[in-house]
Amino acid sequence: MISTNGLTKHYGRITAVDGVDLDVREGDVYGFLGANGSGKTTTVRLLLGLVLATSGSIEVLGRPMPAAGRTVLPQVGAMVEGPAAYPQLSGRTNLALLDASGPGGDRSTRAGRIDDALARVGLDGVDKRPVRAYSLGMRQRLGLAAALLRRPRLLVLDEPTNGLDPQGIREIRQLLLDLNRAGTTVFLSSHLLAEIEQMCTRVGVLDRGRLVLQDQLDHLQRPTGRTVVRTPDTGKARALLDGHVERQDGDTIWVRADDPLALNAQLVRVGVRVLELGPERRSLEDVVLEAARDSGDRR
Amino acid sequence: MIGVELRKLVLSRRTWVTILLIDALPTLVGILLAVTDLGPRPGTGPAFLSAVLTDGTLFPLAALGIVLPLFLPIAVAVTAGEAIAGEAQQGTLRYLLVRPVGRTRLLVAKLVSVMAFVVLTVLVVAATAYVVGALLLGSESVSAGATSVSGSGLSSQELVLRTLLALAYAMLCMLGVAAIALFLSTVVRMPLSAALGTMAVLVASTLLLSLDAANVLQPYLPTRYWLAFVDLFRDPILWRDVERGVLLQLAYVVVFLGAAWANFMTKDVTD
Repeated sequence: MISTNGLTKHYGRITAVDGVDLDVREGDVYGFLGANGSGKTTTVRLLLGLVLATSGSIEVLGRPMPAAGRTVLPQVGAMVEGPAAYPQLSGRTNLALLDASGPGGDRSTRAGRIDDALARVGLDGVDKRPVRAYSLGMRQRLGLAAALLRRPRLLVLDEPTNGLDPQGIREIRQLLLDLNRAGTTVFLSSHLLAEIEQMCTRVGVLDRGRLVLQDQLDHLQRPTGRTVVRTPDTGKARALLDGHVERQDGDTIWVRADDPLALNAQLVRVGVRVLELGPERRSLEDVVLEAARDSGDRR
Repeated sequence: MIGVELRKLVLSRRTWVTILLIDALPTLVGILLAVTDLGPRPGTGPAFLSAVLTDGTLFPLAALGIVLPLFLPIAVAVTAGEAIAGEAQQGTLRYLLVRPVGRTRLLVAKLVSVMAFVVLTVLVVAATAYVVGALLLGSESVSAGATSVSGSGLSSQELVLRTLLALAYAMLCMLGVAAIALFLSTVVRMPLSAALGTMAVLVASTLLLSLDAANVLQPYLPTRYWLAFVDLFRDPILWRDVERGVLLQLAYVVVFLGAAWANFMTKDVTD
């Protein structure tokens, strides 16, 4: 759905994006992670043809961007760096104007599509007010409604849950997962690891303009070959597993063992009381920080 | 896209407030003239103003003469300066471009919208002035036809034709202002800077026109032939300045619209 090759953008002497090779596949919920200022937004703007690349190539939906923007963009719903609307007009009027201003917005279905999009984001019933009177969360929802208006094949969303309360974040997450299940590919840029971890199937990490990691999430979080055991009888356990214990922190020990089931049986057999036991998985946070640190060392 | 821009123009409360304010000045002048009966002496003051005391139907022309040199260009500078920079500042520019609206198409739509604003303003001013003139001011020579600036008579038909010519000429002058403001609007971040930049150009131009030392520059200054539309009401019509004015404004339009287009096409939209 999205593929870039050596994508690079200089602003004057600053390199904002540096040789990025993105690969987003059909059906993905792709999490695009990076600290503030790492080049996420610039990359999103490059994908959408708002910013013109210094070098490298971009393909979206299999067509080159920005050259094929007129055929590609009507099939893409986007939210870039926060929502925007004409403050003196109502949400509904804003959506109607936006839909009328470009190709692919059939006039006869417009009212129905607007109703549908507003209902999906939970904004039905509040649309007489001008956007000026909207809360931050409502503006965010309106921005999402605008992105969903033409039932796009690809959603490119930059920080979509910004300004929403926990309840709202949950609703939007559920909405995006539903859309994905119905066949929409979602490209989600965020600096919130937890959000990405809960939704995404694939992750790319940007650090100071470079893509330092790109992989399936379940592959990144595969078991590390260590088992974490919490027990009040750490002394007994260490004696039994002599040499296999790699680390201890209070009542928790890390054991080099591939098979947690066998380890549990072994511990219980000698009378070690086990509070918790399970395979160690790396958190996304560890993976991301490690990738960023490695790239930092390389410089 | 043009339709959408026109809808935005009509839906905006600011459009109507601006038109109302522009319209207020000639209306005030009309009322003052009617109440005091003190017109400027012929040949002084804004064009046609001395004539309206005898013939109120000339007041639309006089009203345009009042509005054209200052109010209208300011309104055009503000409206056209807002065109791209305003959308950018509001954040709506990026959503228009990814909708997608082609950049050339957007520029054209904005320019059409600005000109529609000018037409709307001129129509409102002319209509109000007609009503004010007919109700409050002199009605002596309504049937006999108007008098040209040169003193000879003009038939109503001829007067209408010349008025339309004058309006077309004024539109072209405003198009020149709009081109400058639109160019600045693609360059700066703040709509206010684009508007002020355009006004600075106009003020500087007006100032240099009053300076003898700037003689060499004067034929090329954007406001040099603005008031040449008065020549269209001479008998016979004095074409020289009007022709030069048309050429000069066309040059400004081509140069600045070209620059606006070139700049906008290659611009990184980062707002």
